[in-house]
Amino acid sequence: MAEKKFIIGNEALGRAARAAGARAFYGYPITPTSEIAHFWAKEACSEAGKKDNLVFLQAEDEIGAGFMLVGGVLAGTRSFTATAGPGHILMQDAFSMAEAMRFPVVAYIMQRGGPSTSTVIYSQQEVNLAVFGGNGNGYRIVYSPATLQELYDYGIKVFNIAWKYRFPTFLLGDGYLAKMMGEVEIYAPEERGIKMEPTEAYLLEKNRTRPLAEVMPSPEIAQRIAEDGVQYDCFRNCLNLEEETLAVNMEIKAAFDAAAKDIVEFQEYGAPEAATLIVAHGIVSEAAKAAIDALGGKSARLFRPITLRPFPVEELRRAAKGAERIIVAESADNMLARFVKDALCGYISRPVEEYFRPSIGILPSEIAALVGK
Amino acid sequence: MNENIMDQAVKSAFPKCVRVDSKPHIFCPGCGHPEVLKALGFAIDDLGLQSKVAFGVDIGCSLLAWDFFNLDTIETHHGRTIPTMVGFKRANPAGVAIAYVGDGGGYAIGLSHVINAAIRNENILVIVVNNAVYAMTGGQEAPTTLQGMKVKTAPCGADQYHINAPEIIRNVNPTAFVARSITTIQFGLRKMLKDALQHQLDGKGFAFVEVLSQCPLNWKTLDKPQETFDFLEKTLAKAYPVKKY
Repeated sequence: MAEKKFIIGNEALGRAARAAGARAFYGYPITPTSEIAHFWAKEACSEAGKKDNLVFLQAEDEIGAGFMLVGGVLAGTRSFTATAGPGHILMQDAFSMAEAMRFPVVAYIMQRGGPSTSTVIYSQQEVNLAVFGGNGNGYRIVYSPATLQELYDYGIKVFNIAWKYRFPTFLLGDGYLAKMMGEVEIYAPEERGIKMEPTEAYLLEKNRTRPLAEVMPSPEIAQRIAEDGVQYDCFRNCLNLEEETLAVNMEIKAAFDAAAKDIVEFQEYGAPEAATLIVAHGIVSEAAKAAIDALGGKSARLFRPITLRPFPVEELRRAAKGAERIIVAESADNMLARFVKDALCGYISRPVEEYFRPSIGILPSEIAALVGK
Repeated sequence: MNENIMDQAVKSAFPKCVRVDSKPHIFCPGCGHPEVLKALGFAIDDLGLQSKVAFGVDIGCSLLAWDFFNLDTIETHHGRTIPTMVGFKRANPAGVAIAYVGDGGGYAIGLSHVINAAIRNENILVIVVNNAVYAMTGGQEAPTTLQGMKVKTAPCGADQYHINAPEIIRNVNPTAFVARSITTIQFGLRKMLKDALQHQLDGKGFAFVEVLSQCPLNWKTLDKPQETFDFLEKTLAKAYPVKKY
């Protein structure tokens, strides 16, 4: 039965993973995400956790944690991690492999101040890293939740999206949301008609329901039925030639582009006729909503990408049509705005107005002042 | 020789779990890796584990083993094969997890994975092939390169320090299976790997086997087999004693 709980964001995420049927957490402590690990560690050694064979493993570092996460996925288990900042940087090694082989790893990333060690508190500066952090083309799915409730809702959803489309899938929150306390409605997915996507092992799976070629680039797979009548699957991510590498990239791209149409999500808020369009994501979009309300709801409206990758390009273009001003507000320098300008290039005549505040929160009053300028 | 006779010859020379259609192997002439893999294959056959093994191979020469066997296999890099197999084994304890890495992956870039997997007594088998150089990248200095060896990144000769990993593993884990073997004692190597796998099957935790192996290409002894094996059995095995720890 659904129930409301007064909890911090990190606990909402831990509970979301549990509700989603995740079985394995591999991670390394880092502020501001540590309570996610605490929750899972406690859950794993509870009676219920033992019954469900939950796995909790604190790795030697985030590189280890990232690859353990890959190992958990290879075993066909809904597996996840939680990280931030310098830990997020280290995990890109494993995330790149997951991108190359389309492994459905899930990470809750709660952004802290950057660059480097910086503060443990808050920012929106891990957007580029989450989207493009590897040595590939950024074929990852990145959600930007804005409220505590959305941490729970999207904390469940990321597992389904990852396993359905077989791409690394990240929930990109922030330190404010991680540590904020508030009311969250906790529910089982089936209560909302959410059916969890089945998982399937990559290694030692002898009864596949989805052919591997549907979920992995074909040059990376070698399959053979041996004399014992068993099919053996060998996977590689090291390729020999440029042509093979091109083929792998094009297969990943084709799968990503096909999935993008179904995955892309956005939200609009405010009167459609309002002259000023604010573009913001995550917790800043909540501040924008408050500013729009404070201004009477007529002078400004919001376009909020919920998926930063794939980015709602067409939807933003439609929203921008007729806007006299477009303001991008973010707690980073030109990370969201770069996506916005890329999407709107050739579609708007006036430059995008920038409000960049790296590593610091943006208040509704600041956004209201920008609109009133 | 007709095809059938050839097939028969290959079958008797190789373990059952070896993938015949990926042979001849693509390691360099005289390389020790195929010898290690052959011994491992026989150990897997002896224990009847072919359909239970999850085989992880690393980058460097070891990656060439990615389709060597009819075993479910995953290839990654930089010693990350070890945490990959750790994560796999934790999620699927019924699988038999083997991480196969070189001395660069195991003792330099991936050393912390080896040590911490040992400290946590992870129930996996780690095999490190020690040929005293970084081979695939062109013969650079490894943590196993012996004093005076002239390699690409130590052209005047390597310094006196090198890693003796089994001692370190034993130091952090008194109950682990820890051994060092050598390619030239095939039966001993096969027995060592079989015992190490049995350790995992018995749920006893971490098993670690270092195998001394030859690299004629980077040792610059391609046309001098006597020198290759003298170096392996006399010099390398002197610095790195072959035994169960």
